[in-house]
Amino acid sequence: MTDIDLNHLLHLAALDMPATERSLATADLERIIEMIDRMQRVTTDGVLPMANPLDRTQRLRPDAVTEQVNRTVFQQGNEHVHDGYYIVPRVVD
Amino acid sequence: MPALHHTPVAGLSALLTAGELSSVELTRHFLDRIERYQGELNAFITVTPERALADAAAADARRRQGDASPLTGIPYACKDIFCTRDVLTTCGSKMLANFVAPYESTATARIADAGAVLLGKTNMDEFAMGSSNESSFFGSVGNPWNIDCVPGGSSGGSAVAVAAGLAPLATGTDTGGSIRQPAAFCGISGLKPTYGRVSRYGMIAFASSLDQGGPMARGVEDLGLLLGVMAGFDAADSTSSDANEDWLAGLREGRMPAAEPLTIGLPKEYFDGLGAAAASLDEARRVFEARGYRVREVSLPHTEPAIPVYYVLAGAEASANLSRYDGIRFGHRADNPHDVRDLYVRSRSEGFGAEVKRRILTGTYALSVGYYEAYYQKAQRVRRLIQQDFLRAFGDVDILLTPTAPGAAFRRGELTRDPVAMYQQDVYTTPVSLAGLPALSLPCGFVDGLPLGMQLIAPHFREDRLLAAGLDFQHDTDWHHRHPEGWQ
Repeated sequence: MTDIDLNHLLHLAALDMPATERSLATADLERIIEMIDRMQRVTTDGVLPMANPLDRTQRLRPDAVTEQVNRTVFQQGNEHVHDGYYIVPRVVD
Repeated sequence: MPALHHTPVAGLSALLTAGELSSVELTRHFLDRIERYQGELNAFITVTPERALADAAAADARRRQGDASPLTGIPYACKDIFCTRDVLTTCGSKMLANFVAPYESTATARIADAGAVLLGKTNMDEFAMGSSNESSFFGSVGNPWNIDCVPGGSSGGSAVAVAAGLAPLATGTDTGGSIRQPAAFCGISGLKPTYGRVSRYGMIAFASSLDQGGPMARGVEDLGLLLGVMAGFDAADSTSSDANEDWLAGLREGRMPAAEPLTIGLPKEYFDGLGAAAASLDEARRVFEARGYRVREVSLPHTEPAIPVYYVLAGAEASANLSRYDGIRFGHRADNPHDVRDLYVRSRSEGFGAEVKRRILTGTYALSVGYYEAYYQKAQRVRRLIQQDFLRAFGDVDILLTPTAPGAAFRRGELTRDPVAMYQQDVYTTPVSLAGLPALSLPCGFVDGLPLGMQLIAPHFREDRLLAAGLDFQHDTDWHHRHPEGWQ
């Protein structure tokens, strides 16, 4: 059986879950991890990890400003904005 | 003459060009059908009638001025994962239920430039995570062939819109099979292009090394028209390809790639234990052979670990991509947070559904200290082996023929309590996604009154082979002309 520390994962993912859902969520995750573990049978010695299916790296562009941030447009529809700033709970006492 | 909603795009375009039909009339026809059947099918999240009619009037004016492409004035449905300026873009999630995009995706901008008419945004699995369209915050979608069955996912709303004649064309996205599997379940055609062929700019991210937009339509010729418009280099997407072949330019003018008999490989791992679909695949093989195609067996030995690899990598990338939803700048925001951490956690917990949380947690597990090498990097290594299998096979054959899914559409609710069983629906589509290859799903038969799909797979950037072979197949078969009853 895979050892799932659901509380730790929820903390890392910034999620929460009611106590009534936790045992089912843990059971589902354990089954998923067991399924995923099937790939451990594949021998991969000397095989390089592949992050991009075309084996390409990020394209570089000239170090020049090409776009301006339009704060007014991006903040439209957000009622938690004041003078161009996003309003959040106090973070400094 | 078939009904307008059963007429291929080239036929509709010819009617528009001849002046026998206006785009406004055509658009009203599809808007009326959406209004009539949306209640039962739930294929759309947002319908945009005012914009559609305004776009249609503009398209009619453009045609009168002689400035028309084959898609000018043709209505289409857009998966609600593409950002469309000033239109609600929800990605099927409560998290974005209030999100009006402030910018336009490159793919939809190009479709608009061609003069196509946006009918609305289609339903989908939440953040494209699902194979049944049952994880949408906006409710599940009915399969028009049997309303008790799922349409597949995640582009289920787009597939249903085309299958039921609510739109002649639709956009979809495919991360692990999300264009191909719903196309198969709904009896239509769907193309997942090569990774990088269609810009991901403005396409809400799920798994960035896998996501790819593409066309869905009844027949291959219509797929070609939409692919020609959607595809092409985009500086705004750092993984966009600059491949720009002559055949791609031809598509935009309605010229399909030239067909010549190819050598088809049948990967034996995809046919072991294949159930009811085996007879249809066998018949499809004979159709190709009668056209002069050669067929031979090949092997893709790393097929079996594709599902585990996919669910590690897609989950890991999703957990990173979806970290942007923090309740502050856009999207769902929890009420009365007592501190910033509470704002983050409650906004995310309230905004994401169960399947999205499951995948974020799976990805978080794979990326966490002590597991990164054993899961994430291991999956990336096996991914390379999966791709090498395909590249080796393409040394001997031109394209591959496989089933698209293990069977036909399953019943609503049948797999929702068993995520691992649901994930197995992607067994024939995820290897292609991991390898970044293009693949085409075509209707190829029926079982118990439900459509079956087959998949053609080509080397990177050889969508021309898929379109040519698909056109050959559809020239000699009529599966793509079959329509579900009850949506006349």
